[in-house]
Amino acid sequence: MDFLTIIQVLDSTIRLSTPLLLACLAGLYSERAGIFDIGLEGKMLMAAFFSAAVAAVSGSVLLGLLAGIASSLVLAGLHGLASITFRGNQLISGVAINFLAAGMTVLVAQDWFKQGGRTPSLFGGARFEPIDWPLAETLSGIPVLGPIYAELLSGHSVLVYLAFLAVPGTWWLLYRTRFGLRLRAVGENPAAVDTAGVSVVGLRYAAVMICGVLCGIAGAYLATALQAGFVKDMTAGRGFIALAALIFAKWRPLHAMWACLLFGLLQAIALRFQNIDLGGVVIPVQVMDALPYILTVVILAGFVGKAIPPRAGGEPYVKER
Amino acid sequence: MDKMPKWADVVLIPLISLILAAILSALVILGIGEDPVAAVNMMVSGALGSTYGWGYTLYYATNFMFTGLAVAVAFHARLFNIGGEGQAMLGGLGVAMICLYIPWPHWTMALLAACAASMLFGAVWAAIPAYLQARRGSHIVITTIMFNFIAAALLNYMLVNVMRPDGSMDPASERFPAAVHLPTLHELLAPIGISFSKAAPANVSLLVAVLACVVVWALIWRTRLGYEIRAYGHSESGALYAGISPFKITMVAMLISGALAGLMATNNVMGEAERLVLNSTEGAGFIGIAVALMGRSHPFGVFLAAILFGFLYQGGAELALWTNIPRELIVVIQALVILFTGALDNMVRMPLEKVFLALRKGKA
Amino acid sequence: MTVPAIELKGISKSFGPVQANKDISISVAPGTIHGIIGENGAGKSTLMSILYGFYKADKGEIWINGKKTEIPDSQAAIAAGIGMVFQHFKLVENFTVLENIILGAEDGGLLKPSLAKARRTLAELAAEYELNVDPDAVIEEIGVGMQQRVEILKALYRQAEILILDEPTGVLTPAEADQLFRILHRLKDEGKTIILITHKLREIMEATDTVSVMRRGEMTATVKTAETSPEHLAELMVGRKVLLRVDKVPAKPGKPILEIENLRVTDDKGVERVKGIDLTVRAGEIMGIAGVAGNGQSELLEVLGGMRPGSGAIRLNGAPLPLSGPGSDARARRAAHVAHVPEDRQREGLIMEFHAWENVAFGYHHDPAYQSGIFMNNAALRADTDRKIEKFDVRPADGWLAAKNFSGGNQQKIVVAREIERNPDLLLVGQPTRGVDIGAIEFIHKQIVALRDQGKAVLLVSVELEEIFGLADRIAVMFDGHIMGERLPDETDEKELGLLMAGVNGEAA
Repeated sequence: MDFLTIIQVLDSTIRLSTPLLLACLAGLYSERAGIFDIGLEGKMLMAAFFSAAVAAVSGSVLLGLLAGIASSLVLAGLHGLASITFRGNQLISGVAINFLAAGMTVLVAQDWFKQGGRTPSLFGGARFEPIDWPLAETLSGIPVLGPIYAELLSGHSVLVYLAFLAVPGTWWLLYRTRFGLRLRAVGENPAAVDTAGVSVVGLRYAAVMICGVLCGIAGAYLATALQAGFVKDMTAGRGFIALAALIFAKWRPLHAMWACLLFGLLQAIALRFQNIDLGGVVIPVQVMDALPYILTVVILAGFVGKAIPPRAGGEPYVKER
Repeated sequence: MDKMPKWADVVLIPLISLILAAILSALVILGIGEDPVAAVNMMVSGALGSTYGWGYTLYYATNFMFTGLAVAVAFHARLFNIGGEGQAMLGGLGVAMICLYIPWPHWTMALLAACAASMLFGAVWAAIPAYLQARRGSHIVITTIMFNFIAAALLNYMLVNVMRPDGSMDPASERFPAAVHLPTLHELLAPIGISFSKAAPANVSLLVAVLACVVVWALIWRTRLGYEIRAYGHSESGALYAGISPFKITMVAMLISGALAGLMATNNVMGEAERLVLNSTEGAGFIGIAVALMGRSHPFGVFLAAILFGFLYQGGAELALWTNIPRELIVVIQALVILFTGALDNMVRMPLEKVFLALRKGKA
Repeated sequence: MTVPAIELKGISKSFGPVQANKDISISVAPGTIHGIIGENGAGKSTLMSILYGFYKADKGEIWINGKKTEIPDSQAAIAAGIGMVFQHFKLVENFTVLENIILGAEDGGLLKPSLAKARRTLAELAAEYELNVDPDAVIEEIGVGMQQRVEILKALYRQAEILILDEPTGVLTPAEADQLFRILHRLKDEGKTIILITHKLREIMEATDTVSVMRRGEMTATVKTAETSPEHLAELMVGRKVLLRVDKVPAKPGKPILEIENLRVTDDKGVERVKGIDLTVRAGEIMGIAGVAGNGQSELLEVLGGMRPGSGAIRLNGAPLPLSGPGSDARARRAAHVAHVPEDRQREGLIMEFHAWENVAFGYHHDPAYQSGIFMNNAALRADTDRKIEKFDVRPADGWLAAKNFSGGNQQKIVVAREIERNPDLLLVGQPTRGVDIGAIEFIHKQIVALRDQGKAVLLVSVELEEIFGLADRIAVMFDGHIMGERLPDETDEKELGLLMAGVNGEAA
């Protein structure tokens, strides 16, 4: 494998990691506040469709992004209603949201565009364009560092940089601010937050809504940056890989980034090489596809350090003496 | 005191939830510019208006009975098995191996062997998440989701690299030999003088599904094991006190659950496709969640809910065929049913409890 | 006449059909300690939860310092200068003391200045009230006494003038409790008003200035502590004269039934809770285990009942019982004629959603009498249930009712009936009368004594010294996983047991 191939694979890793990272951080906010969310997939899918649809109609990718976020927020609100207000089962609500998105996107796509559940292809201002860093072209000639600068770091869409900036941002918010303290507390012991005079419901809704915004950006990235338009089921399990990454990272922001990069790398390799020949032993592409899930199961099994979720996770808060 | 009578809990709440889901579905149909009344008419005539329609409705219902029972049994042990899809895929693999690699003299023997193999394969696929939950506390919801994806990759590998006949581009196994063909309802009913559509896929495994409902009912409500499963589901510390092993119950409930999900393959793989294809489960494993929730985890409820969803699936297919409404409408309805009967249960329950409380006070 | 710090006027609160508080009025002078005493379920905690904005009263008014105050939530209670120390602490376990203190009372959006300010204030409060805690300690790594201090500091940090403590000594040793009361007196001297909720008469007599008595959701009396007596308060609590002693003939101990040697038990977190104890229970005697909750008694019962593995040796009628691995579970214990009335009937002893008749088989569902072929013989089980309901006077006498729909006392009667009717060689009993009404207490005590009189062995664990004195023929005191000593009830008193419970052993230990 030559150097350029490695750069290309890593470049593709960054692009494929971005939606995972956004969704993973989305899940982090929600689960750190004690609301399990297996509906990341659905929220991303919904946002992917509405961002592509609005971008296609308006020709503006920014309007598309806003529409994507708005649609994801609607589903996040539904999850909040079910799991916070009505204290329902958070897992079941997540399952319902995934199906709702899978069905509604195709239904509306067919009604609006009549192209078999897809949106028209996006071009020009309806897509996020790559941002070329200063002097990328000039510097690309420098050995090793040149291609890293020009190919790997430069030339991604603004959402990619946003996703990676969100990692330190999330860390700071979680560990250095009042909001973060309260958010972490409500996921560990909501009664402590409640008796301290802070609204458990308010905090949890805030977390779920942040989750909605990030999932919205993730979906919009898929349909308007990574690809040029929406196709049916285009999230293809990314919401679940993000969830896997979140567990892999044990609900910590920086680790979440590494986990998403790892899973992104697996996807990039699978995409590029199909079956991999390791000196006689052929690793079929299906193994690469399944690897994120297998790794997550291994982590969950506690063979590589135990993943302990936030203590109040999954439990609706009921006032008790 | 109970806040409301049992019949309200068992009948009224699911009914109201269903009506709410139906109203919202009608609004969705309106929203995409179609007529909900006409749509319902078309669904009813398409799914129930002919033996052909019934044949498909019952075919789908058979799938959903298996997966619904699978989810329901796990629910009784307070385990949420989202892995029905993967377990059913593995069941398909088991059925395909039985049908392809062993020459059977008659379909009855093949069916028995296929039942055993599909149950075994489904149970094995559920066993790993069950073990990890019981021994290492790994959340079974997450592990079963992961196992769905792993199952899909495994099936993909088997079909592309192992079972695909030479020269075929299609990722599918060879067609099963004619000897293992399961009689359809047409073939079953013809000898007793009832004519049933030849084209419909409903087959003898419907009877297996109904039998499974009865067996699960007896198991849960009439046997010691069922008693232990229900007790464990209500209180783990209680189970320990009563000498019920949480490990044993988690394993057994999940093995039964996986076996039931695997059994579905006798219908969709052996009864209908007669070969193993990619995505033969078509999401039936997930529909089992909706079916179990609506059926309140009771086998009779699961039976009714499975038929309802069978009707929705066949009706939805008819709609997609004759109108501009895509099949995904059914996925939306399924989502709404899960939402209302599962996650938003309290939204219906809390006002209803108030009504019953007020009624009681009025009487007192 | 000074303006009362707290005045409640006609507070009523129902939970569905249950009326927890009926038209309650109370008035507490500033700078005093006011006790509220009553049995479990009398409505004390509900009342205080209303005062702290946790529940909303259906009717009634709250006046704070002479001003009518609405308290819709905890925020409003804190603003009104009320602090509350709950029975179950409301702390974030993996946060530090400092983080717990500022939670909800931060200054501004960034944590750093808040933490610095809290650190200073904490040092001042520690000096002022003897409330020393390490601000950087993580909650899950400090003891319960320390955690309680954090709760008190939380309230003081929020400038509470009124402090409510709900059953604060339940988890404390007598020595720790004494220290708590010293702190409370100090707070009182600084002008704080304190409400102490308890069901222990001793604490009321020792610590309070005035006391209100609650019974079945009603306030039956408010009196000056100096002008009353424990007997009088007890009578007010239960509404009639109480037999503090159980009628029983002297025990006739026979051969050893249960022998325990060097028993060690570890809890779920890997902490050793029983640290090598030796104990013998004979036929025809009740061995009472006294101690503050959380000193290993629960784990002792659990390991004997087969709910948890242990190490060491136990023998029943001379035959060894396995402590781990096969044959050590609760089913095997029952087969060996060990019956078990567990400490927590709602989480362990009963399945609350099951019918009474299903619960009668709970733990005994393998009994051949309840089987017919591969199925359970539910008809036989229901007939058996009806017999037990009649014999133990369970009300309502309806086997089809779910366990959750019986009162605490009747739930306990179902458990006791199930276990005692098995005619066990050894009966394990944990907190048999917790949350049980007086009438049922007497009945249950009589059943336990009757079993003893048939020559059976009984191991009783109770945190209520009164119950231990009333029932036990011998008393062993547990502290920190050890047996501190054994005493005969006639030759000891509460004071000596209290010292043992605090880990102080007068003799050579």
